[in-house]
Amino acid sequence: MLSDYIPIAIFVVVATGFAVFTLVFASLLHSEKYNKVKLEPYECGIEPITDARDRYSIRYYLVAMLFVIFDVETVFMFPWAVIFDKLLLFGLIEMVVFIFILVVGYYYAWQKGALEWA
Amino acid sequence: MGQAIAFYTLAAFILGFAVLVVSTKDTVHSVLFLVLDFLFVAALYVLLGAPFLAAIQVLVYAGGIVVLYLFVVMLVNLKRPPEAHQDPHRRTKLGFGLAVAVLLELGAIATYGMTRTGSPLVVPGTNGPLPGNTEQVGWLLYTSYLIPFEIASMLLLVAMIGAIVLAKREL
Repeated sequence: MLSDYIPIAIFVVVATGFAVFTLVFASLLHSEKYNKVKLEPYECGIEPITDARDRYSIRYYLVAMLFVIFDVETVFMFPWAVIFDKLLLFGLIEMVVFIFILVVGYYYAWQKGALEWA
Repeated sequence: MGQAIAFYTLAAFILGFAVLVVSTKDTVHSVLFLVLDFLFVAALYVLLGAPFLAAIQVLVYAGGIVVLYLFVVMLVNLKRPPEAHQDPHRRTKLGFGLAVAVLLELGAIATYGMTRTGSPLVVPGTNGPLPGNTEQVGWLLYTSYLIPFEIASMLLLVAMIGAIVLAKREL
């Protein structure tokens, strides 16, 4: 049972090991010469003018929140779908009630303009 | 034996990353350590024989909820001077009291909660137990735990409306 997960464990170990190996090996091999151009964040493109840790618009929060809510809704539909052939009409009614309550929220979000960006 | 080694290794990683989450100065790094913590908790679910819950843990917690946390962190002003972070109303004693209460509760669950033995789940009208973990979760959720499932949708609705009402003032 648990031995089914050994390939996943090997995959995780190899992926992490590769990242760590690359970083360590590169830091052992690289030259220590720096100049002003080398220390710039981009080879080409616009120079950053402020710190990245700035305050962002609350719209991102709203979009992330709505994403998580509909994400959880989809998660509930997954075990329902695999068992649907045993639940039949009863299961269908359950899910319609569940989705209807969330559609009310979706309608509210739409009406309030939470889905608009501008 | 192998299971015990796996459990204690995972538990050590979970505790270690949890300590890093609360002790790191940079809040964004703290959230990133939380991702690692969630991934190790998912591995713990696999060990407990709950692969469906493990997949959901990775998808919803490590994927979705952490993004939400990151945006919340980015909403607040992180560049205040350190003195501004010191809360004069900080209740250390209350925090300790609550921590002790949670610890006692967990101890009680660990001591008295193990007596219930699970029997294999059988769907009426079919022969034999359900094949997979996801099927078993689905069957329990949509028959015995129907009311909590429908209440969960109300909870999601409340969360959605709450977020919109909170954010709307600034839009």
